[in-house]
Order: sequence, then structure tokens, then C-alpha cells
Amino acid sequence: MMADGRLAGRVALYGVAWATLGFILLPLIFVTWLAFFAQEIPSFPPEGYSLKWFGAIAANRNFMTGFSTSLQVAVAATVIGLLLAVPASLMLARRQFLGGAALNQLLLLPLVVPGVVMGTSIYVFQIETEIATGLPILGSLGGLVAGHTLLVIPWTVRLVTASLAGLDRAAEEAAQSLGANQWTTFFRVTLPAIRPGVVAGALFGFVTSFGNLEMSLFLVGPGRITLPIAILQYLEWKIDPTVAAVSVLQILLIAVAMVITDRYVKLARVV
Amino acid sequence: MASLTLDGLTKSYGDNTVVQSVSLGVKDGEFLVLLGPSGCGKTTTLRMIAGFVPPSGGAIRIGERDITQLPPWKRNAGLVFQSYALFPHMTVAENVAFGLEMRKVAKAEIGPRVAEALRLVRLEGYGERYPRQLSGGQQQRVALARALVIRPDVLLLDEPLSNLDAKLRLEVRLEIRALQQQLGLTTVMVTHDQEEALTMADRLVVMSEGRVRQVGSQADLYERPADLFVADFVGRSTMIAGAVTGPGAFRSDGGLVLRCTGETPQGPATVALRPERLTLGADAAGLDNHAAGTVSFVSYLGAMLDVHVRLNDTDHVVAQIPNRADGRIPAVGDTIEIGWPASACLVFPREAA
Repeated sequence: MMADGRLAGRVALYGVAWATLGFILLPLIFVTWLAFFAQEIPSFPPEGYSLKWFGAIAANRNFMTGFSTSLQVAVAATVIGLLLAVPASLMLARRQFLGGAALNQLLLLPLVVPGVVMGTSIYVFQIETEIATGLPILGSLGGLVAGHTLLVIPWTVRLVTASLAGLDRAAEEAAQSLGANQWTTFFRVTLPAIRPGVVAGALFGFVTSFGNLEMSLFLVGPGRITLPIAILQYLEWKIDPTVAAVSVLQILLIAVAMVITDRYVKLARVV
Repeated sequence: MASLTLDGLTKSYGDNTVVQSVSLGVKDGEFLVLLGPSGCGKTTTLRMIAGFVPPSGGAIRIGERDITQLPPWKRNAGLVFQSYALFPHMTVAENVAFGLEMRKVAKAEIGPRVAEALRLVRLEGYGERYPRQLSGGQQQRVALARALVIRPDVLLLDEPLSNLDAKLRLEVRLEIRALQQQLGLTTVMVTHDQEEALTMADRLVVMSEGRVRQVGSQADLYERPADLFVADFVGRSTMIAGAVTGPGAFRSDGGLVLRCTGETPQGPATVALRPERLTLGADAAGLDNHAAGTVSFVSYLGAMLDVHVRLNDTDHVVAQIPNRADGRIPAVGDTIEIGWPASACLVFPREAA
């Protein structure tokens, strides 16, 4: 009886695990499959296979400029996000100050606030700021990067703070007693020790920014387009496999980024 | 190398004073140990010397140089931590070279000096390894080499042995001491382990509640403790509460009348007795103080026996006697003669509670 019950439990556990995995992976598999269908209207079974939709991407100006903009914005937002998050994490992890815990939660807010709400509020904020200061903020690339930086910060702060928590302060003190000032200590001892958190934070921040649709919709100016917006616009008129081909490229880009990152930092140890 | 002077060193956090006006001189080449229970201020004192804790008052001098306001990286103090604090991403050689790099020592000179430092701690050939590939004892020796290679004015050791296992600790203790003497290093070590302190020190400082209770040699602390705290903390004592009733006379709360030496003024007092100064059996009768008691407990320690003797309803003492093959081991419930000379009574006026 006991053995039977245990066996049934194990079968149920495996069943649920595989079902969950399938639930996550099936859409990705179908999108990838679809990208190689020959016919314009997706239907099963495929009438044949073709690479022409990948060619169609290059011919589509929106996809090309969208990709370029998304890449620029994601890189810029990640770099700025890191420059803000590393000092912020040092402060949060090491100094007891009034409101420190509240600030820590506040920095995570962009993760939990719905994208549309974030987008709307930043949009309104940028309008008001532009009216008050007369600076051309709304619709500028800078405005878009500023918004995306908020998406990057929760990832970088959380992961860098986590690495700092596991760091032995005595190593930094040892460096100082050996003659290293605070800057040298940071670059020679602290930064190498928290590098896994920094790299992982940057990766997740980059991916979040690169794939963001909701906030970008509010913040792009006339004539500017990001890759997710280009995909959305395309889908309004056509459902041919070009969109699937774009998605495949996007999945590949992110997969490559993760594999490269994993070579330097074992992601499984950080996240 | 140089002498180290602490002058009225004080640290308070708000109303809480953790180090209160500590003044000490460490002579050139001397090994000084700060000893005390946790929270006594010894670590804070060491961290003030290293420059990680800004003093609230007082001064620190290395030789004639006032370093009180200097940041840690300008103090030229070699520091060894309890956790070793090696840089995990650097090899052993890179760890040891770090301080030399910071001092802008020429590249050509760094190599030989690192090799020399590793030879001193008997780790030649380990330069290319990473700290995680070394045992605890080896890591500790790398930390020592890293602190020594910069030729520090003072060497500061913060509980350097407490992460090592017992057997290794005995070895490293003697090694550090030998190296310190060989190089003539002015050294301050912090520890709560009195055996470690007694083995390694030239002089010891007993601290409690932020204050220095006594400074002296091993024999000073053990045979002439300055107060009841030191008598209790260094070595073992049994305490008998009572009062000094006249010159050389003490009466315990339990009614025991003892002959003592010293000039403690009349009034409430406590007598501390070292267990090994007590004699059991027939030999006890000839001593200044002797009484009959009942054995209440016996600990068999191997070479020694601890015999707990109840003298009356309130007073009891512990005697430590050698475990001789021919001797009979006292049993619980035995009536036994116990005695000790007047000089064995360490008398301290009772501190106002």
C-alpha cells in the first residue's frame, strides 16, 4: 500500500512537472516551427518549408529600425541602471539609515506595477516636466531610455544586493590595511567579488528592457519605433510568419546572451 | 618596527561607552595580548588601532607618529583576521603581492619579496594556487605572509586562531610566536582564549566592560590578580564570600575563619582560592588554614582530579590534585581533611553591586 502510494505520488509529480514545462516551451516551439512555414496564412499541416520570412525581415524598415532602437535603448538603460544600482546597493546593503528598508522596496516597485500604469504615469510626468522646463523630453530617445532604466533597476539592485550580502567585509578591510584606498578597494576587491550579481543583473535588465512593449508605447515619439512595437503594428495588418521569424531571432539573441553570460558567471548560482 | 602607544583611547556610541580611556604602551618587538570576554572592548580597541573605528577620544601613536586621524591605508599596520579575509579571486602570490603593489614597489622586487614571505610561512610552491584550494591552516599562513610582506610597523592579530581545529591551533600558535620573535615584530593580538594568550604573550592586558583591569606578565595575572574579575577570568578560582575582620583575618558567611596575607581593609570581601594550592588528606593539618569537609563531587581529568569539598552549608571549595597511581581517589560522601597556606588566599574587597 505504502509503496503504491509513493509511486502514484511520484508519477503525479513528474506529470505536473512535464505539463508545466510543456506549457512554457510549447508556444516557443510552435513559433519557431511557424517561422519556417512556406504559406502566408498559417495553417496545419504546413504546405512546405521556406526561409523567405527571414528575408522579409530585412526588407521591412520597421523591423530593422525597431531592432536598432531597442538594442540602443536596452544597452543604454542597462549601463545607466548599473551605474545607479551598484552604489545604491552598496548603500542599502551596508548602511543603516532611516527609510532604508522602504527604499529597498521602492526600488523593486517597477517589477510589480503593471507596465501600462508605469507607462501612463511616466508619460504624464514627462509632459508636465516638458511644460515646466521647456526641454524637449517627450518622445525623445533620452526620455525612452530614462523610462527603461526604471525597468532595469529592480533586477540590478536585487541581484547586486544579494551578492553583497554574501561578501566578507574583512576582505575589504584587509585591502585597506594593505594600503588600498576606498576606490582601489572597490575596484580590486569588492567589484570582482560581486561580479556575478552585476553580470546577471545586467542580463536580466537588458532582456526586460529589450522586450518591453507597454512602457515604450507611451514614450516613443512620432517616427520612432522599437522592435516589440514594430511586431505589434505588423500584426495589426498581417499574420504571415514574418512575425514568427522575428521572434525566433529575438529568442536566439537572448539565448546567446545567456550562454555567453553563463560562461563567465554561473547564472544558476546567482538567481 | 616601532613602539605603539595608546593614550586615553575611548569609543562611545551615544551613551554606550565600549572602550573607556585605554592607555597602553607596546614596546618595540613586544607581543601584547588583549584578553577578555566577548563585549569587553578588546576588538574595538584593535579596530581603532587598525583605523576601522574612529576613536571618540584619545590618541594612537606608532613611534612618534600620531596616526589617530589617518585612514587605514596610511597606517602601515599588518592585519590578520579571524576569517583570514583572503581575496578569493586572486592566487596566493597575488594576495601576498597586493600590499606591495599598493606601495608601488618595483615589479622586479615584488617577486622575490613574495617568495621570501611565502618561505617564511613555509608555503613555497603554493603561489599559483587559489585560497579555496588551501586548508584552513594554510590560508591562515597566507594571511600572515600577506600582512608581513609589507614590513608593517605593527602586526595586529584579531582572534587569528579561532577558526582552526584544536590540534592545528597549538602548532600555529608556536609558529606565529617564533616568527614574531625572529622578525622582532611589535604585535597586538586579541583573543578570548586565555591559554592562547598565556602561551603567546610577552605581556597581557585583561579587559572588561571597556576598561583595562590589569596589565602584566602571565605570573602577575595568575599569582597577583588586581581584582576579583581578573582572579576569576584568568585561571580558575573558587570564591568564598565573607568579610575581613582584622589584619590577616577573614570570616566567611558560612562561619569559616581563615588566616590570610595582604592588607585588605576591614569590611565585606571575597577570598579566591586556586584549586591547585589546596592540599587534601593528612598533610592538610599542618597548614595555616585547615578544615574537615565532605566530598560532594569528583571530576576525573586524567592527569588531575578535581575534588569538590563542602565545608559547611554555604562554603565549598574545589581542590585539584595529581592523579597518582598509588593515591586513593576520594569518593563522594567521604569526610576529608583539606588545608591551604595563608598566602593561597587572594582577598578582594567586595565591589559595591
